[in-house]
Amino acid sequence: MSHMANTAMKLGAVAAASALFLTGCTAASNDTSAADFDTAMSTPTTVTMWAWVPGIEAQVALFEAAYPEITVKLENVGQGGDHYTKVRTALEAGTGAPDVIQLEFQYVPSFVLTESLLDLSAYGANDVADQFTPWTWSQVSSGDAVYAIPQDAGPMGNLYREDILAAAGITEAPATWEEYATAAEAVKSSTGSYISNLAPNDPGAFIGLLWGAGAAPFAYDGAETVTVAVNNDAGKELVAYWQDLIDRDLVAVDPDFTDGWYQGLANGTYAGWLTAAWGPAFLQGTAGDTAGLWRAAAMPQWDADNPSAGNWGGSTLSVLQSSENPIVAAELAKFINTDPESTLKLATEQFLFPVRTDILSAPEFADQESEFYGGQRVNEVFAKISATVDTKFQWLPFQDFVASSFIDTLGKSISEKGDLSAGLDAWQDAIVTYATEQGFTVQ
Amino acid sequence: MADADPPSSFLYEAKHRKERSVMTTTSGTIRRRRPSPQRRKLIVTAYALIIPFIIVFIAMLVVPLIYSGYLSLFQSKLIGGEQFIGLGNFAKALTDPLFLGGVGRMVIFLLVQVPIMLGLSLFFALAIDSGKLRGSRFSRLAIFVPFAVPGVVATLMWGYLYGPDFGPIAQSFRLVGLGAPDLLSAELMLQSMMNIVTWQFVGYNMIIMYAALRAIPPELYEAAAIDGAGQIRVAWSIKIPAIRPAILLTMIFSIIGTFQLFNEPSLLARIAPNVIGNAYTPNQYAYTLAFTFQDVNYAAAVAFLLGAFIMVISYVVQLSNQRAGRRAS
Repeated sequence: MSHMANTAMKLGAVAAASALFLTGCTAASNDTSAADFDTAMSTPTTVTMWAWVPGIEAQVALFEAAYPEITVKLENVGQGGDHYTKVRTALEAGTGAPDVIQLEFQYVPSFVLTESLLDLSAYGANDVADQFTPWTWSQVSSGDAVYAIPQDAGPMGNLYREDILAAAGITEAPATWEEYATAAEAVKSSTGSYISNLAPNDPGAFIGLLWGAGAAPFAYDGAETVTVAVNNDAGKELVAYWQDLIDRDLVAVDPDFTDGWYQGLANGTYAGWLTAAWGPAFLQGTAGDTAGLWRAAAMPQWDADNPSAGNWGGSTLSVLQSSENPIVAAELAKFINTDPESTLKLATEQFLFPVRTDILSAPEFADQESEFYGGQRVNEVFAKISATVDTKFQWLPFQDFVASSFIDTLGKSISEKGDLSAGLDAWQDAIVTYATEQGFTVQ
Repeated sequence: MADADPPSSFLYEAKHRKERSVMTTTSGTIRRRRPSPQRRKLIVTAYALIIPFIIVFIAMLVVPLIYSGYLSLFQSKLIGGEQFIGLGNFAKALTDPLFLGGVGRMVIFLLVQVPIMLGLSLFFALAIDSGKLRGSRFSRLAIFVPFAVPGVVATLMWGYLYGPDFGPIAQSFRLVGLGAPDLLSAELMLQSMMNIVTWQFVGYNMIIMYAALRAIPPELYEAAAIDGAGQIRVAWSIKIPAIRPAILLTMIFSIIGTFQLFNEPSLLARIAPNVIGNAYTPNQYAYTLAFTFQDVNYAAAVAFLLGAFIMVISYVVQLSNQRAGRRAS
């Protein structure tokens, strides 16, 4: 070889070697190093968190005690819809967005779609994955990417008035939907109460019922394809069941969380409430006079041998992509939802249903006897239900629209006691039309 | 009676304009005479006083309007981002059943509620102006007070009153043994809203008409008294024609207000969510589009279209009023 070619080869080899060496370096710096973490957590910083969970100041205080240099500005900018509107507006405007937000499970895909959430896997999120109930983790992660840390959940069960059911000759909570229909008949004719209420304005509750029936109405591949099948066989079966009960005037169809509805729970118009795990504490606040008369049980099943439950609600804490202090923000989200003291407080003082397996089995939580429920260990009941929640459920990346169009279509037919099947089809059409207009491929 | 007498300064100006034009023709050049220093100072002061308003007007009204108009020409999809589609959004709105349904509802609202409300305002204004009403100052205040109640509070209050379980209206019906009408049901919802809006704005419109009535020269009443006209004749033949501009003003305001109805459906949706839905009125639909469906472009188009409707209808009302005015005089 000529002298020049030799030098070139040597240079090439050095270049290749340094390239390999450098890639080795950059690969390591993808995850936050311990040094970076310590620097970030000991630099005086202020991070903003938007959340509406009542009493979360307690958890924030624990965090600030653990990391004295960090100040957390906690703001409650509204519940549910109002909160998301403000978050989206701030993201759109480019300023004013917080670092950490409370984010319900059903909205995670829509924020992932707009690439607004920080991937927490670079901040050690995958290390805490096994602390959580499996289905909750699958809701916030996609492959190795983690978009939020689960905080609480709402596995669905059946809260019922033992005295009213006893007056109708029913001593055990109905185990299957067939038994439930029979019970409804008995309750209405003996006592005049409705066995429960099917709220026409609550898509969350209805989707929870679909979830529990294993209906799989939604799927999203993370890119551009969605599957919309609210009116598949399982959906139609569910709707036919409720149509029957509504036609026979065995269930009420009043909008929930209104004055009349609160009164209905308090004065026995409704003998039961098919609700989530946050229901028991909520009921104690609204139906105080009926203390001791309620009991909790699993939701009636379609298939008694394979119990399956749905979920209604539940939030996570997520970090926005726009955050200027990602390390601190990620730690805040992780701390509140994984620190043992913090999560125990969430469960026992704020009555959020836990998603950490430790807390679910902790005696302080599971053995709590509730006087309102006649001394029953309600948490244990819901912990068992939590284990049967279907892990494969997915949401659409435009859940706001889905929820909103429910009220105009299926919700409307429920409130008018009309044709629920037609309403279900109308809901399906509305969602498919919207998805197509927005550029998705619909299956 | 429709046109006011020209102010005397107008005659002064006219005289001097003639003088000035004579000046230019004699000097042979077409040159505007420069205004005197005092006049210039007046002009500068006038502009200086108006500039703050102009700035705010342009910044808060004109710029957002232009930006909205710009946005309405685009379509942004969740997949695919923003694309220019010209008037596509407007075409979509004109065939959108939700939008047209809302507009239809507002037309019914307009045809029923506005005449009733203005009729009541006129009646109260005339009654108070007639001087025959005892405690007229108290009546004026009492009828005006509902307008002072913030719209949100008023709607929430009426929402409670209408409630089928605990509303006093339903309870009094039940007390007498009659079935309580569900005032928040789909059949009666529009009428219930009409009631709220009428209750709120009768006072406001009444005050405008009353002020116009106070400005009528009393000589007309003396002449009518000599002719032997009673109060009702005076009201019909003198007062109402005299305040035609004020009535037209209240009519235009009411039309604009009707089409922009937002408070009532938005707040009543919390207690009757399935009756009201997302698009009970066009304004509410635009809001839902922008903030729940994230479709700001289509929302802008809906808002513009609504604005165009309002302008057309207001213009038609004004024209027909002018024609009626000319016929009358």
